[in-house]
Formats: sequence, C-alpha cells, structure tokens
Amino acid sequence: MTDDGFYTTGAPIADTKAPSGPIEERWTKRRFEVKLVNPANKRKKTIIVVGTGLAGGSAGATLAEAGYHVIQFCFQDSPRRAHSIAAQGGINAAKNYRNDGDSVYRLFYDTVKGGDFRSRESNVHRLAEISTQIIDQCVAQGVPFAREYGGLLDNRSFGGTQVSRTFYARGQTGQQLLLGAYQAMMRQVDAGNIELYPRHEMLDLIVEDGRARGVVVRNLLNGEIKHFTGDAVVLATGGYGNVFFLSTNAMGSNVTATWRAHKHGAYFANPCFTQIHPTCIPYSGEHQSKLTLMSESLRNDGRVWVPKKAGDTRKPADIPEEERDYYLERMYPSFGNLVPRDIASRAAKKVCDEGRGVGPAGQGVYLDFADAIKRMGRKAVEAKYGNLFEMYERITGENPYETPMRIYPAVHYTMGGLWVDYDLQSNLPGLFVIGEANFSDHGANRLGASALMQGLADGYFILPVTIGDYVARTNDLPPVGEAAIDEAETRVREQIDRLLSIDGDRTVDSFHRELGHIMWEYCGMERTDEGLRKALQLIPALREEFWTRVKVTGTGEELNKELEKAGRVADFLELAELMCIDALHRTESCGGHFRAESQDEDGEAKRDDENFSYVAAWEWAGPGKPPVLHKEPLEFEYVKPTQRSYK
Amino acid sequence: MKVTLRIWRQKGPEDKGRMVEYQLDDISPDASFLEMLDVLNEQLIQKGEDPVAFDHDCREGICGMCSLVINGTPHGPERNTTTCQLHMRKFKDGEVITVEPWRAKAFPVVKDLVVDRSAFDRIIAAGGYITAPTGTAPDAHSVPVPKADADKAFEAAECIGCGACVAACPNGSASLFLGAKVTHLGLLPQGQPERWDRVVNMLEAHDAEGFGGCTNTGECTVACPKGIPLDVIGRLNHDYLKATAGGKKK
Amino acid sequence: MAVTGAILVLYLIAHMVGNLKIFFGAEDFNHYAHWLRTIGTPAVPRRTVLTLIEAVLAVSVVLHMWSAVSLARRASAARPVKYQAKRKSHAQGYAVHTMRYGGVIILLFVIWHLLDLTFLVVNPEGSAATPYERMVADFAPERWFITLWYVLAVVMVGLHLRHGIWSAFQTLGLRTARSDGALRGLATALAAVVTAGFLSVPLSITFGWVS
Repeated sequence: MTDDGFYTTGAPIADTKAPSGPIEERWTKRRFEVKLVNPANKRKKTIIVVGTGLAGGSAGATLAEAGYHVIQFCFQDSPRRAHSIAAQGGINAAKNYRNDGDSVYRLFYDTVKGGDFRSRESNVHRLAEISTQIIDQCVAQGVPFAREYGGLLDNRSFGGTQVSRTFYARGQTGQQLLLGAYQAMMRQVDAGNIELYPRHEMLDLIVEDGRARGVVVRNLLNGEIKHFTGDAVVLATGGYGNVFFLSTNAMGSNVTATWRAHKHGAYFANPCFTQIHPTCIPYSGEHQSKLTLMSESLRNDGRVWVPKKAGDTRKPADIPEEERDYYLERMYPSFGNLVPRDIASRAAKKVCDEGRGVGPAGQGVYLDFADAIKRMGRKAVEAKYGNLFEMYERITGENPYETPMRIYPAVHYTMGGLWVDYDLQSNLPGLFVIGEANFSDHGANRLGASALMQGLADGYFILPVTIGDYVARTNDLPPVGEAAIDEAETRVREQIDRLLSIDGDRTVDSFHRELGHIMWEYCGMERTDEGLRKALQLIPALREEFWTRVKVTGTGEELNKELEKAGRVADFLELAELMCIDALHRTESCGGHFRAESQDEDGEAKRDDENFSYVAAWEWAGPGKPPVLHKEPLEFEYVKPTQRSYK
Repeated sequence: MKVTLRIWRQKGPEDKGRMVEYQLDDISPDASFLEMLDVLNEQLIQKGEDPVAFDHDCREGICGMCSLVINGTPHGPERNTTTCQLHMRKFKDGEVITVEPWRAKAFPVVKDLVVDRSAFDRIIAAGGYITAPTGTAPDAHSVPVPKADADKAFEAAECIGCGACVAACPNGSASLFLGAKVTHLGLLPQGQPERWDRVVNMLEAHDAEGFGGCTNTGECTVACPKGIPLDVIGRLNHDYLKATAGGKKK
Repeated sequence: MAVTGAILVLYLIAHMVGNLKIFFGAEDFNHYAHWLRTIGTPAVPRRTVLTLIEAVLAVSVVLHMWSAVSLARRASAARPVKYQAKRKSHAQGYAVHTMRYGGVIILLFVIWHLLDLTFLVVNPEGSAATPYERMVADFAPERWFITLWYVLAVVMVGLHLRHGIWSAFQTLGLRTARSDGALRGLATALAAVVTAGFLSVPLSITFGWVS
C-alpha cells in the first residue's frame, strides 16, 4: 500500500473509550463509570443540537427533559420535516415477541455480519441492547405501530433476516417515529427548555482551546449571521448521499455541518461506504431532481430482465420471451431476483453499461409482474403491492399491471460520517455526532430497518448519558472569547461574499449535477483504480471551475435558496475528493464498497481482512494538502469474519 | 410541452407582491411540477433574474414542506397528491397555470411562494404530544391497543403538516390539522391522561394564531394529500365539548 | 350555531305541520291558530306559551346570526389576501356554498314573513280577517310574484337545512364515519320534507287547489 501522493498516514487511533470485559456488560459498565451532572447544575449547561431528525429530535427532547438548556437548529421550516420522515420500512428491535429465536445477541451478530465486519463490536452490541427500549419509548409516546387483532404489536421480517423483528407503521415508520420525537421536542420548546431555531443553517463550528464550544448559523429568512455558544455541540445532520446529486435523500440534505467540523479537525471516517438501493424509479431526463425509492419487497414477486440485444428499443410487450435476459436468475440461479441489494445493483449497472438498459434515458431494467399476475391473479398482486404500483404510476405515468416497471439503483444511505468514540464524541472534545452523521454501527453496509434504530438509540439513550460525562468533567469552562467567535463568523461571511461576487455563467445545480455524474460513474456501485484516479483529476478541476464560474443571484440579506445551495455544493466538491481517496486506498471490496479489482471468479466481493480490518478516519490537513489517514483497528472477539456467498 | 405560468412574486414580507407571467417552451411531461419550476429557475438565473422561491425538501410526498395553490387548488389537480408528486403530464400542452402561495393570516408570505407555517409548530407545542420522558416507558406490550383504534390513530397520524387544509378552507381554518392530532393521540390508551387538556389547549392556540372557524364545508379533506377524513374534526368537536361543557377538563 | 340551528329546525318542523292544517279546511286551520294562542290556559294567561316560544326563537335567531357573522368575520380576517385564481370547490356539493348568502335571503324573508302574516303590515287582508283568509289572499293567483318570492326563500331554507342538519351533528361531535351516510340521508330527507311541506300550501293556493 503506498500513500501515492493522495494522502499521508498518521498515527493509529489508540483508544475508542469502549470498556473492556464481556460485551454484554460493557454498556452497563460505561453507564456506571460516567460522571454525573448535579441536577441543579444541568440548567446552567447549554447544549447545542444541530438537526431535528430522529437522532437530533430525540436527543434534544431527552436532554431538555433531563434539565439541560438546549439550543436547537434545523434548516427546514419545521423540525418535523427532517428527512428521517421519509424512511419507509421499519425499525428493528430484539424483542423476540415472535418467539422465533431472536435475541440481543442475534441482532448484534446480524448487524456485525451485515456490516461486512467493518464496524465496532462494542457499539453494535450496545445498539442491539437498546433496541428494545426504543420500542417501549415510542409506544409510550403514542407512535401508532401496526398491531394485530389481539392488540399487540405486529412484526415482519425485513431485509433477508430469518427472524421477525421489524416493527412498522405501514410504509411510514420513519414519519411516525419522527413525529413522536418531534412532539416530545415541542413539549420542551413550550416548557422553555429548548430554544428552537428553524430555518437556520449551521455554517461553522466555534472551536476554542481545542474544544467545540458553539456554532455560527445563518438565518435563512433574512441572512442574519449569528453565533451560539455552549458547553457542548451535537451534530445530528444526517448523511451526505446528495454528493451524487441524484439520490433518495431530500433536496436539502447536505454535508455542510459535518464537513465544516471536519475542517476544524474532526476526523471523517469511511467516507466511501455508501449504500445503493436497487429498486428506485429510474432517471427520466436532465430535469430529474431526485430519485424515489420503492420497497425492495417488489423483488419477491417481480422478475428482473433486459433485452438480450443492445440498443433494442422495442416496447417490452413486443420483445419475445427468448430475446429477454432474466439476468439475475441466469447469474445467481439459487437466489435469483432476491440477491442482496449491492449485487442486484451492480448487475443492473452492468447490463445498462452494455447498452441493454431500458427507458428514455437507457438507465433502467424491467421489473416484470406479468408472471406474478398470471400465477397469483391481479387481485392478489394488487393487495400486496397496490400502493407501490400507484406511486409508480403517479411518477412515471405507466401502469405496472400492464407494462413492466422500470427500476434502477440509487444512492440511499451513507454509512460513513464523522468519526466518534464509544461515547459518540468525535476526536474534537465537546463535539458529539449522532445518527447517520456519524460513522458508527453499520460498518460497510447497513441492514434494512437499522437506520431508525441507530438514530433513536443515539438520541434517546446513548448521547444523553455520555454527554453528561463530558459536561461534568469540563465543569469550569470559561465563556467563549470574542476571538474564536469572530474568526468563525468572519469565515462564514467571507465565503458568502465570495460566492455572491463571482457572478459567473453557470448555475449551482449545473455544477452539482456534473459532480453527481462523476461520483456515480467513478465512485458509485463499482469502483476501479483507474476510475477513481480519473475522478481525482476531474473533481479538483470542477471545484476550481465552480469557484470561478458559479452564478449566485440575489443578496446575502434575504431568503436566497441559490446561496444556500451554493454553500452546500462547495462542501460536496471537497467531500467528493475525500470519498474517492478513501475508495482508492481501500483496495478491498466490502459491503457498499465494491472494488472491481477485488472479486472472486464469480464476481463476488472479496474482503481483505488482513490489510483492511480497520476504520479509515481521515484528518483534514488544510486546503490543497493531502488528508491524513488514521486507522482504528477493528477486532472481532465475538463474531468471526466469514465471506458471504449467494450462488 | 409548453406552458404559461402566472406566478405570485413577492420580494419579502413587506412587499405588496404581484403576479408575473413566464413562458416555458420545452418541458418534459415526465417532469414533476417542482422540476418544471427548477427549469424555470435555471433559466431565470442564466438571465440574471431572481429565481422563484418555493419550499420543498423530500420530493416524495411525506415531509410536508412543498405547498403551492395551483389553478386555485392546493397541491394542484390530482387528488391525494402533494405538489412534488404532481407531474406535468397532468396538464395540457399550452395551458396557463396560476401558482400562488398558501393564503392565510397565520401563514404570512416570506418570499414569493414561501410562507411561514410555524403556527403549526406552536399548536403542537400547546399540547400535541403525550408526556413520556425518555426512560420511563413500560414494556411495549403492557398495554394492548385494539387494532381498530390503532389503525384509526394511524390514519389520523398520517398528517404531514403541509397546511393544504388551511389553504383550501374558505374560512382559513386549521381544524383538520388540529383534529388529526387530537384524534391520533386521543384514540390511544397512552393519550388518555392528557386528552381533555390537550384538546382545549390546542384549540386555544389555534384560535390565537388567527386561523378561522370551521363551518364543515369539507374542502380540507379533499385538498389533504393524505386524505385525512372529516371524522377527525367531529372527534375534535366531541372532545372539546366534553372537555368544556362536559366539565372533563379540570 | 349547531344548538340554535337545531332549535330552529325543530320549530320549522312544527310550523310546517301546522301549516298543513290548511288542507283540512278553514275551520281546522283557524282553530289551530287560535289554539296556539291559548296553550296552557287557563293555568297561564293567554299567549304565554306562544310568547315563550317566540322569545326562544328570537334569541336563537339572534345567536345563530351572531355566530354566523362572527365566523364570517373570522374567516375574512383569517385570509386577508385573497386568491387570484378562481378557487375551485371540490367538496360536498351545492348546498354548502349557499349557507352565507342563503342565510341572508332567509333573514330578509323572515322579516317580510313577519310583516306579512304576524304584523299584517304587508298582507292584503287586515286584522279583521281570519288567518285562513289572510293566507288565501296572500298567495292568490294574481299575486304570483309573492308566491315566487316565498318559493325562493323556502328553497333556500331547504338548502340551508341540507347542509345545516348534517353540519350540526358534525359540530356537536355526533357524526362518525359510520353514521355519515345515515346523517346525510337524514339531512336530505328532512330538508326535502320541510321544503315540500312549506311549498305545498302557497302553491296550492296560487294554483287554486285551496281557496
């Protein structure tokens, strides 16, 4: 492994603060060891929370209930709109209500294995332990989970697990969980324990004496730049899937808060670990602004195919059976259409790259229900998938009962994020990172129905305990000095002025779209040494062009959505480079990261445990300087790494 | 396809605002309504003009951030659909499309098509919750909930807080929004202890925000992208009367 | 709104039933009019019960109007800037959109109706005539325009009831998804019966079936 000029290697991370001892006792042990804050003192402690999704909302509510003074921000017009709301499937919990052999240990085991052995065992076990409490908490808040006729909670099996441990509220589990957290939060807003600032975007971190002490935000309504300081800062700002321009993320989802913290010294871990979901509605033209996910359950009954001949533009009905290629069934005879997400995604890209893709943009494959309708009858198909078919028809204008659906993979979730220790604290003291924004728990691949579990575990149960330890140990922090605040505010103002003064000839979206093409092409489902090196030439060039040719209309003193987007795209242009460097350095395939060079003769991902059993935590070295790699070695005491096979 | 847009432009809260006409010549029928506005904005930026400000985020019909009264109907002509899920194929080639913001005193216009809906957050803060501090919950199975109640509660809880009900209501009332939350929480056993206080406090907050009163016109439920039924308003009225005239609120 | 409306609906039904007495002949009808004034006598003085009813009605009408006016004022305050595009209605049907202007028409009608048949100011007959004679004179064929005015007002009342009755159940929290169909049926049936009942008398006189 050479540094190659793209990065340098620094000291490994020695301590993750995870307690030692039997894994099932570690969280209990840690909870006992934390220093407590005197209840009377909590009121005097200010905690800044950025983001109001599942992680941020639950953390804000819980910290305020505990007695802290919380200041909380979101860029949307209401905390209820955070993108957690769009999660469909469900939330896992090791309740074993089905008596089907589930347990905390099994959930732990599945999650470590599902993460392709790139996550920290201690964290994952804690997540599994807490999962059951989350369900209790949400039910008490009035989350209307699906129930059975006996009045007890219903479960389903999700994402290929052998047990039924997923709790759900129709296809809107994320919405219902988020509204629960949001309502708990609003109760604290009403009680005066949370100062809430919607339509405020965090643009910088205030760091003094090496500690995170506050944030600089922009009031999106009038452009006012403000600062807020406190005893600790929590980032709950979600993932960075929008670096690909097209993803299933919300339009506003961005990396700005975490990236700017990264530039203050917080390590960014495993940025190349992105999850791609195989069943999304395909891209239909240049106007496309986002991709919509459809439940993976469609693959249970639909058959995936493309024409055998490249460039075949006939209607699907006119293509005779013998000229169709049911490629998943052909390539993976035992799992067929039900191969895991990443395999299905890569196969789709492969056939489209061969010119056999279907639909207006040639970026799609058929998911055909004709056989299912023949076998089960239209009624049964309708009962099972009616609402999904309806959604598909609304978006594409095509009737999937009559003509096969078109699907294509899309970026869905990012496992990478800011590096955190067992306490969810970054390497920058006082900066805590929770939910999708951190890198923990999912390793190289997230299992279905685990994102909601992690967000709420972090926010309701872990952070409120561990942050107390930090606050108690830093009891005598002086007020933040003017200099640190001024420095951060000035940096924000300068960037805004610079963006507004370029007055070039290209829109922000055109840059974002181009960056997305580069990332999708070279750092998407399948990555190669050659492609990543190419991307590492293209991205800096595009970034340079951005800073000379971008056109941002309007002023900084008003609601200016172009200016907001420009700031976010500027950060994506930097993150993209780090993602490619991370992907280039990790020459193995694992989870959501597939390196074409590292596969077995069947095209299966090949992990390299000998060389890559570590978390890659990247340190910002300054503009134009190669980032510094810090390795956190991973040890597997309980779940021994194995190679998967779906043949 | 070609469309003519008549869009409400307003520089800021103090500006009077006016309708401005725009022509778009080459719009794909597969574009969503918001993507069509994206195209318009790209063209405006290229010309150095201020793009049209509108709220949107998830673009999959669940966050409740998108709005727009399209040709006089909140979220446009397609039933049970948010503006972000509305596609241009629902319009005729050459159609003139009028686009306005939600109109309500409690939803003041911030800029162009963007309105301030924080009144909804304040209504929730007034009582739209169940008090259950983290860590205090009993086992989830300790209180069974009849499936019918759970399903009805879910149906009401589907509200995305977009405000279309207010925009559609001739009285500018938010009763559907209010009723949805009162119904969701009031149907569950966990929501009983605060049931009577909740309805009174939320209704008072609703009135204080300047929303109008309900006259049961039923426009709200038709405009609602989630099809929240009018029953929730019946339940709101029922609980309110019981809490006040019935003396349930202590 | 709902409570006062309910009182007025009950009154309307009673009033309509009373009107139908005209089909039993002049004697029955006049007797009924006399009875109205003497209910409860001799225990209470003449006209006591009628006056009480009148007082309840007057209060109900005033409160009903006051509610309507304050709702309308709140509505206009709640939307200070109107939509430019013509607002399309999608719900409920026609009756719901007649409530406000229909209410005003009904109010004007009630005033005229009182002047006509209670205070006899605009009635062709004087106080010397019997109630039956006044009715017949009022809707005489040559006074078809009076009948027309009456028809318009009664149709408005019908529409008002069509939405109002259902709406009262909703406002009082007595409507559920399950009872919705039944309530709408009840509202339509009551509105139709009351409309038909009230229309039958003047139309019969105008067309000469009752004289």
